[in-house]
Amino acid sequence: MADTQEIIAKLFPQATFEEGDILTVEIPDAQWHDLAETLRDNAELSFDFLMTIVGMDWVEKMGCIYYLTSTKYNKRIAVKVATEDRVNPALTSIADLWHIAGIYEREVYDFFGIIFLNNPDMRRLFLSIDWKGYPLRKDYDASPETNPVPEDNERQSDFTQVYTRDGEGKIECKEERIFAENDFVVNIGPQHPATHGVLRFRTAVDGETIKKIDVYMGYIHRGIEKICENLTYPQTLHFMDRLDYFSAHPYHHCLCMTIEEAAGIEISRRAQVIRVMMDELSRIASHCLFIGTFCMDLGATTMLFYALRVREQILDIMDKTCGARMTFNYECIGGVMQDLAPDFVDDVKALLKIIPQNLKEYDKLFTGNVITKNRMEGVGVLGREDAISWGVTGPSGRASGWACDVRKTTPYSIYPELDFEEVIRHEGDSMARFKVRMGEIEQSARILEQLVDNIPEGEYCVKVPKVLKFPVGHWFRTVEGCRGTFGVYLESDGTVNPYRLKLATPSLPAAAVVDSLTRGDKIADLITIGGSLDYIVPDIDR
Amino acid sequence: MFDFSLFTNWIHSFLSSFMPEWLTITTECVLIGVALLLTYALLALFYIYFERKVCAAFQCRLGPNRVGPMGLLQSFADMFKMLIKELISLNHTDKFLFALAPYLVILASMLAFAVLPWGNGLQIIDFNIGIFFLIAVSSIGVLGILLAGWSSNNKFTLIGALRSGAQMVSYELSIGLSVLTMVVFAGSMSVGDIVNAQDNLWFIFSGHIPAIIAFIIYLIAGTAETNRGPFDLPEAESELTAGYHTEYSGIHFGFFYLAEYLNLFIVSGVATLLFFGGWMPLHFPGWDGFNAIMNYIPGVVWFIGKAIVISFIIIWFKWTFPRLRIDQMLALEWKYLLPINLFNLVLMVLIVVYGIHL
Repeated sequence: MADTQEIIAKLFPQATFEEGDILTVEIPDAQWHDLAETLRDNAELSFDFLMTIVGMDWVEKMGCIYYLTSTKYNKRIAVKVATEDRVNPALTSIADLWHIAGIYEREVYDFFGIIFLNNPDMRRLFLSIDWKGYPLRKDYDASPETNPVPEDNERQSDFTQVYTRDGEGKIECKEERIFAENDFVVNIGPQHPATHGVLRFRTAVDGETIKKIDVYMGYIHRGIEKICENLTYPQTLHFMDRLDYFSAHPYHHCLCMTIEEAAGIEISRRAQVIRVMMDELSRIASHCLFIGTFCMDLGATTMLFYALRVREQILDIMDKTCGARMTFNYECIGGVMQDLAPDFVDDVKALLKIIPQNLKEYDKLFTGNVITKNRMEGVGVLGREDAISWGVTGPSGRASGWACDVRKTTPYSIYPELDFEEVIRHEGDSMARFKVRMGEIEQSARILEQLVDNIPEGEYCVKVPKVLKFPVGHWFRTVEGCRGTFGVYLESDGTVNPYRLKLATPSLPAAAVVDSLTRGDKIADLITIGGSLDYIVPDIDR
Repeated sequence: MFDFSLFTNWIHSFLSSFMPEWLTITTECVLIGVALLLTYALLALFYIYFERKVCAAFQCRLGPNRVGPMGLLQSFADMFKMLIKELISLNHTDKFLFALAPYLVILASMLAFAVLPWGNGLQIIDFNIGIFFLIAVSSIGVLGILLAGWSSNNKFTLIGALRSGAQMVSYELSIGLSVLTMVVFAGSMSVGDIVNAQDNLWFIFSGHIPAIIAFIIYLIAGTAETNRGPFDLPEAESELTAGYHTEYSGIHFGFFYLAEYLNLFIVSGVATLLFFGGWMPLHFPGWDGFNAIMNYIPGVVWFIGKAIVISFIIIWFKWTFPRLRIDQMLALEWKYLLPINLFNLVLMVLIVVYGIHL
């Protein structure tokens, strides 16, 4: 940590530092772009992965916290950039340095109204274009009169805005077309069988060839981050089921960990083991569903049923213990809601027995098929550098040769004690993404095998005060969800409600990268690529 | 074998005994039309049920099992549902072409029924260019699909229709050439002659390697021709929602649906005719006892049975393979099937010329 601080301090004397488990640097906006470039390109720093941009409203000023990770040195850093102008807040964009930054900046603009200068596409991301106000600002007027439920069709724009600063320091706005004037734009979604939810791709095609895709998100944006600001900490947990509903357990795990760390709660080993087992069970279930739906997208409907059989068995296990097949709401602050069902161990053992033979069956029916190979091999190749720049984590990132498994890079819970491999492939195509997930099912099964006979006795939930209050501060924690790195940023102002709760989800980058992966490919490839990236729409929209 | 022409001739003489010539022919046409429509509907219903059961078996499910014993009445229920559904009319479409398209599709498959050899003498029309007629009328279907896609004023249907056009025009070549291979072998274009030529042995056995190659190519191209998986690109559900018939509802949609299943039957029927002897029972030269026993099974059963077995193979394809991509599908036809087919045709000609077949 010290050298990072030294290097930055030498090059940027204006920077101020705040020590913590993650080093936080504060820098004026004028130097921000240079600092970002240095952080990314300096060989001793190489913070090449932009994890998330947390928009913040500190009332006296507004700004962003950029969370960066060095994939080379496995270090993290946070950079705070703020502006005091509340009327026309503007920061410098870093969209030219990280591909994904452009999308994250649009999100911040959407919720805080902070304009990012030089961002080539400064539109709202989730809210409709005629939305009044910026909801995550602390002075936002949330009354229904400001934004009544629209009675007519949603207004659409074919234009995007680019803001630049002219010579005198004034901000200029320029309108630019999203598609060329004569493009044949096919509207894939929001109601479409292959978008896996209400996501919309405005696709410009030339015959069957895709020219450009404009990903249009926000159809199921529920403003979870905003809602959470008015809830107490235990109440915020319920929303973790409703992001990526297949990663409900890992997501719960993440927020619980963050809150427990902030409150200084130690949880029992039994609870740790139960949590990890649930995480891995959901990972298997999620990947099974991926295999099923992905194959169905490619037209191999039969595979769906083969894959769902295994998932069904897992859901039954969940049902017995958590009382629900989805939206479990099982992990709670201090442990888990209730103890394991009596036949949990037997059920898991039965499951572990059938997994290898099922995987073999999938390979036989699907993976080796010549049509499958033609459809998937070399389709949507995402290189390692691009995967990092786009922030595509999880199995999709690992298929590009990027070792990004949080369970290995920044281990949490009992993962350091467990023996499992990080499945990595280097092809970066759709086939690799498929195979990584097949491999991860095996690895998750391996973890379960190690734990199923070693569930320690003890209390499943420690006593936690009814009303939780933390000291002023901020925390950022990540876990490996089923689809990639899930991060929770929590800022507390000492009250019972979180001051800001930012959820950094893996599906947003996965959906954002679709455009660059599909250009020049066929419409059918869009389905392959979208399916292989395996995004979940509520996870994108939040 | 029982000759159905005895029966049809008896009807003809019975009718003409008290009717003038023109009325006899008109009555016969009406009778045939009714019989054809009935067969058509019953076959389609059977096929829908058959496919659902087969697909369920592949997918570890039960399939329809609530309506009637073993779900046998399910497709009747579906048909009535389809019949009473509203025909939704859309704005900004070409109303005439939009309504015409499903009829063209169903017309094509119905015309093809005219030359199928259902049994000995049980054929609507047997003329000397029967096979030619079959290929010609089955190409009308693509017109209906193109019209449906074009007139719906929807980008998905348009893409579906264009895909379908490219696909059908390409695979018609393969069908045509593999049929031609067998026509060369049979030495006739008349359906009756082709069936009778297989009295001793079905062409698939007597035609050596070229007949087997032609059969495999025919099966692939036939699957593509019927727009079924893995060639179901025109209606690729996960890409184009429902392709060219996205905008259709009620019985108009039902027509497309029926035509799809009937085309499946026609493709299987023609395969039966060309490679498996049509209604001709399984005969082996010299096995007189065996041949005589086989003759006890009626020709109609042979024909429909063989067609269903081939349909089963095509259904099997659909529920096993993922879908091809448009460029891969065209590459398969133009780069592989077509050259192999041309080579195969030459091979067949050589075999016929030198007489080295069974």
